[in-house]
Amino acid sequence: MALIELSGIERRFLLGDTTVNALNGLDLQIEAGQYVAVMGPSGSGKSTLLNLLGLLDRPNAGSYRLEGRDVTTLSPEEQATVRSRRIGFVFQSFHLVPRLTAAENIALPMMLAGIAPAERKQRVAQALTDFGLDKRADHRPDQLSGGQRQRVAIARATIMQPALILADEPTGNLDRHTGDEVVHLLEALNGQGVTLIVVTHDPALGARAGRQLVMEDGRLKHDSAHAPG
Amino acid sequence: MRLADTLRFARDAAAGYPVRTALSVLAMSIGVAAVVILTALGDGARRYVVGQFSSLGTNLVIVLPGRSGTGGFNPANAITSTPRDLTIDDAASLRRLPSVRRVAPLAVGTSEIAHGGKLREAMVAGSTAEFIPIRNFELAQGSPLPDEDWNRGSSVAIIGAKLRQEIFGTEPAVGQLVRVGDRRLRVIGVLKPLGQGLGMNTDELVIVPVSLAQAMFNSNTLFRILIEANSREAIPAARTQSLELLKQRHRGEEDVTVITQDAVLATFDKLLGALTLAVAGIAAISLAVAGILVMNVMLVAVTQRTGEIGLLKALGASADTIRLAFLAEAAMLSGVGALLGYLLGQLGAFALRQAFPVFPAYPPDWAVIAGLSTALATGLLFGVMPARQAARLDPVLALMKH
Repeated sequence: MALIELSGIERRFLLGDTTVNALNGLDLQIEAGQYVAVMGPSGSGKSTLLNLLGLLDRPNAGSYRLEGRDVTTLSPEEQATVRSRRIGFVFQSFHLVPRLTAAENIALPMMLAGIAPAERKQRVAQALTDFGLDKRADHRPDQLSGGQRQRVAIARATIMQPALILADEPTGNLDRHTGDEVVHLLEALNGQGVTLIVVTHDPALGARAGRQLVMEDGRLKHDSAHAPG
Repeated sequence: MRLADTLRFARDAAAGYPVRTALSVLAMSIGVAAVVILTALGDGARRYVVGQFSSLGTNLVIVLPGRSGTGGFNPANAITSTPRDLTIDDAASLRRLPSVRRVAPLAVGTSEIAHGGKLREAMVAGSTAEFIPIRNFELAQGSPLPDEDWNRGSSVAIIGAKLRQEIFGTEPAVGQLVRVGDRRLRVIGVLKPLGQGLGMNTDELVIVPVSLAQAMFNSNTLFRILIEANSREAIPAARTQSLELLKQRHRGEEDVTVITQDAVLATFDKLLGALTLAVAGIAAISLAVAGILVMNVMLVAVTQRTGEIGLLKALGASADTIRLAFLAEAAMLSGVGALLGYLLGQLGAFALRQAFPVFPAYPPDWAVIAGLSTALATGLLFGVMPARQAARLDPVLALMKH
């Protein structure tokens, strides 16, 4: 059973009086533990696909099965639970809450999920050590470097031990060196069995993935898993 | 999300924007303080007036000569239109009524009081031994008026505390002779100082036997008859019985007016109570304004924190969680504002009481409770809309605004 099964996904937006097909009859299967890069020009539907996979958006047609379960028919509350337990997000601009410290930002998903403070504390301490942030626990985001911020964001994305990590241009706001660090971190997580889907413009980053998807006009133009040869 | 976490999250969010938080807390606190202080003023006025009336005496029924009400045509009026005066015998007859405990006739006038070369004007009240207990006066020294035939007044007087001090200074007053008008009276008692009581300053009063006062002022009428009913319940009976008796004695003519202290008191009580309520209503408008301000502040907060809301949704927050977090923040703003306003209001009322010690400016409990709960209710009510708006945000659009 594949982790992700998309079939016949359509997503249309109304821009003025014209309808834009952001996703157009998309079929896609991603196995658990895969490392997938989604590439393509702006407006090709990469971000829409990522939002859809992250249950932040709903398709107009088609079905999305996550771990064998049809998640498009779930209620918003149930979708929130799935996001909380199974999916981690990493954003280009980090999306840390500015008034919370690094430790509090990492603990945020556990707080939202209602996990007991004692367990939260222990797991945050572990994550801070794992991501080399133990000296930065009480710093606010504006006191952290870009690389540190993204490490906090990745720690936050993994703190609930999700099956799937969705990264949208994770290195877009970082210099090459810190970008590489962040990529290595994500790949290490993938090495532990977490499915990793990265949306990127950077061909070098895309090439590192085990499977490359290239999108254009809401369709899959190229899928290295089905490429001839 | 756990309740403690929700509250902490809301608190931190409010603390993250100190200026707007301070402003909305201030608005709410001014509203609540206004309710507390204004109702303290209104209720203070009510207590003051009621207190003044109560100091007249307890279970008091007062008979005035003449009719004050407009009645129908009375054939008796066609023959004799001049009202019959109240006499000492009228007063004495009232003592027989079953619902009456004490009766004191009252004749008043002004005269001079002199002793040892000092002379001054004083109000003279002619009455009987019962006058002092009916009016709740107390003697500081000496003895009350003798319990004698009301038509035979001894040449004695009881004087007010201020008169005693001005005329006798440090000398003992009891047993001394004073001249009141053209008579020489022996001072047998001195009243305790009481202060102003509805226009009659008891500290400057001279109390003499009623027949003596009538002789002094060359009249045989009474100014008032004061009746003390047996109990609060007996007041209406005392009123109707005395009215009936006096009507009989005046040949069927209803030429007196009987008022009960209770009725006057109840009227003032109701009047000033309504005033307090009206003032509280006006102050409540400022609470509603404060509620709208809290709503406005929360709407701004939702716009300001759109990105954060999107993030929370991406991290697995349900719509309920977000609604609750924003509602908790609105409740905190208005709750803290209400509490602060309550303290401010109590402080203001305290300052009022310090400035005007005779004025009991205590806010009534109902106003405090109503003020606080209105503040919380408006805060929550006006917090619902922004909270719903936050919960409804599309996470994709919200994240893009970060």
